[in-house]
Amino acid sequence: MEILETALMQRALIAAVLVGVIAPAVGIYLVQRRQALMGDGIGHVAMTGVGLGFLLSASPVWMATLVAIVGSIAMELIRAYGRTRGDIALAMLFYGGMAGGVLLINLSPTGSNANLSSYLFGSLSTVSEGDLDAIWVLAALVVLVTVGLRRQLFAVSQDEEFARVTGLPVRALNLLVAVTAAVTVTVAMRVVGLLLVSALMVVPVAAAQQITRSFAVTFVLSVVIGTAVTLAGTVTSYYQDVPPGATIVLLAIGVFLVLTVLATPLARRRARALRPERDEHPAAEADGPAVPAMRGPADEARV
Amino acid sequence: MTTTQTESAGQDTNGAKDATTPTVLSLRGATATLGSRPVLRGIDVSLRRGEVVALLGANGSGKSTAVRSVIGQVPLTSGEVTLFGTPLRRFRDWARVGYVPQRTTAASGVPATVREVVSSGRLARTGLLRWPSKADRAAVQRAIDLVGLTDRAKDAVGALSGGQHQRVLIARALAAEPELLIMDEPMAGVDLASQEILAATLRDQVAAGTTVLLVLHELGPLEPLIDRAVVLRDGCVMHDGPPPKAVGQHALPGHDPELLTNQSCHPHAAGEPHRTGLLT
Repeated sequence: MEILETALMQRALIAAVLVGVIAPAVGIYLVQRRQALMGDGIGHVAMTGVGLGFLLSASPVWMATLVAIVGSIAMELIRAYGRTRGDIALAMLFYGGMAGGVLLINLSPTGSNANLSSYLFGSLSTVSEGDLDAIWVLAALVVLVTVGLRRQLFAVSQDEEFARVTGLPVRALNLLVAVTAAVTVTVAMRVVGLLLVSALMVVPVAAAQQITRSFAVTFVLSVVIGTAVTLAGTVTSYYQDVPPGATIVLLAIGVFLVLTVLATPLARRRARALRPERDEHPAAEADGPAVPAMRGPADEARV
Repeated sequence: MTTTQTESAGQDTNGAKDATTPTVLSLRGATATLGSRPVLRGIDVSLRRGEVVALLGANGSGKSTAVRSVIGQVPLTSGEVTLFGTPLRRFRDWARVGYVPQRTTAASGVPATVREVVSSGRLARTGLLRWPSKADRAAVQRAIDLVGLTDRAKDAVGALSGGQHQRVLIARALAAEPELLIMDEPMAGVDLASQEILAATLRDQVAAGTTVLLVLHELGPLEPLIDRAVVLRDGCVMHDGPPPKAVGQHALPGHDPELLTNQSCHPHAAGEPHRTGLLT
C-alpha cells in the first residue's frame, strides 16, 4: 500500500488509531453522567496551554496537557461543590480559556493565529517521532484507567450517590475521569483539533447506543466506530485534499445517522421476538393515553 | 429530646428485640438544614438488629433527609449518626449497608442491562481493586432472581417499567448481601404486581435477619412486616411505637391529636414561625 510507505503517514495513522480508541473510551463515561460537552470545555481550556507553550517557548503539547488537567480538575470541583451558579462558572472557564489562548499566542514572538489553527483543527502531518512516543504513553494510561476500572467508573457515572454508599472513593474516581478526559483531549488535539475533540468523544458513543442495550457492548462498539472513522478519515485525507479532523467528525456523524435509521426496525424486531405481553401498542400511543374526561369527586377534601 | 411514656411503651411491645439486641443504626439529636430552612430539628431514632422500622410522614416532614443523613449524603448540623456502633465519620464497612434510593425517572445517558446495574451493587464487597469472583457473580444472579427479573437480566434498564426499575434498584442493594437495608419510598409509583414481589422479597430478607429502615408515605402492602413506625412532622419525631392500624394518609398518627406524643416539638411551639408555603 502506497499510503504506508512514508514515515509521516505511518505516524499519522498510528496517532489516528490511538485517538480513535481512547476518545470514545473516555467519552462513554462523560455521556453516561450527562457531561457530554465536558470534552469541549477542556478543549477550550487547553488553548490557553497551547498559547502558554508558544509564549514560554515550551512544548505546546505538554503545556496544553498541563493546563487541560488543571482546568478539568477545576471543572470537576465546580461540578461537585458548585451550587446554583455552576453553569456560569463553567462558562467563564470555557471562554476564559479560549480568549487566554488567543491572547497569549499573539503576545508570543513565534506564534500567530496560523499556528493556533493547527491546534484548533488538527494537523496530522506535523506529528513527530517525539509526539508519537508521548501519544503512546498517554493512550496506554487512558486505556488502563478506562478498561481496568470500568466497573467502578460505571457505578460512579451511573448513580453517584449509590456509589458513595458502596464505599467507593467517588471523589477520587471523578477526578480520575476528569484527568483522563484532559489527557485524551490533548492527545486527540493533534488528530482532530481542539474544536472537534469533543465530537470524537461523544459521537461514536451516541452512534453505538442507538442499537445497543448494555454498557459493555456500547463500550466496545463505540471504540470500534471511533477507530474506523479515524482510520477512514485519515486515509481519505491522504488521497483527497481534505482536512482529516473535519472528515473524521463528519464520518462519525454519518455512522450515527445510519445506526439511528437502523435502530427502529431493530427495536421492533426485538420487541416481536420477546413475549407477547411485552408487545408495543402503537395504536394506543397514536390515540393518546386514556384520560378520563373529568375528575371524579374528591372525597379527601375537608374544610 | 424527651422520651415520653408512649414511646418507651411502644418499644417494649416490640417482641423479641429486647435491650440486649445490638443497635444497628442510631440517630441522636440530629438536626439538619437545607439552605436556611431547618429540616431536621433534633430527631432520635434507633434500630436494633432484625427490626423493621417505617419512617412515616407527610411530604417535607424530613423523612428523606433523615435517611440521607444516615448514609452521609446530608451533613448534620448537630447530633450524631452511628452505624453498627461506629460513628458515621469513621464507618467504612459499607458492604453491611444496602441503600435503595428514591427512584428517579431520569435514566442514565448510556444503556445498561439489569445485570450490569445490579453488579455495581456488588462493588461494596469487591471494592476498588479486587476482580469479581465466581461467588460475586453468583450473588448478583441471586439478587436478580430474588426480585423476579431472571428473564430480564440482559435487557436494558431503560426498557423496564417503573415497578421493574424499582426492583432493579433493590436487587442492586441486595447484591452486597447487606445486614441493614435502607429504602427511600420503595413503593412510590410501583404497579401492584411489583409491589407484591417487593413485599415478598422484603419478607425473605427480614426472615433472614436483615434490619430494615423504610421511608414510606403510607404503610400499604408492607404493613404486616413492620415492627415499629416512627412518624416525623416538621423535622421532629411525633410518634415512635407500634405502626398505626388504619391505612391511608389521613389515618396516620400525625393527623390524630391523641397520638401526638411529642408535645415539645409541636410545629407551632418551637419558636419557629409555621410555614404555610405560599404566604411565607
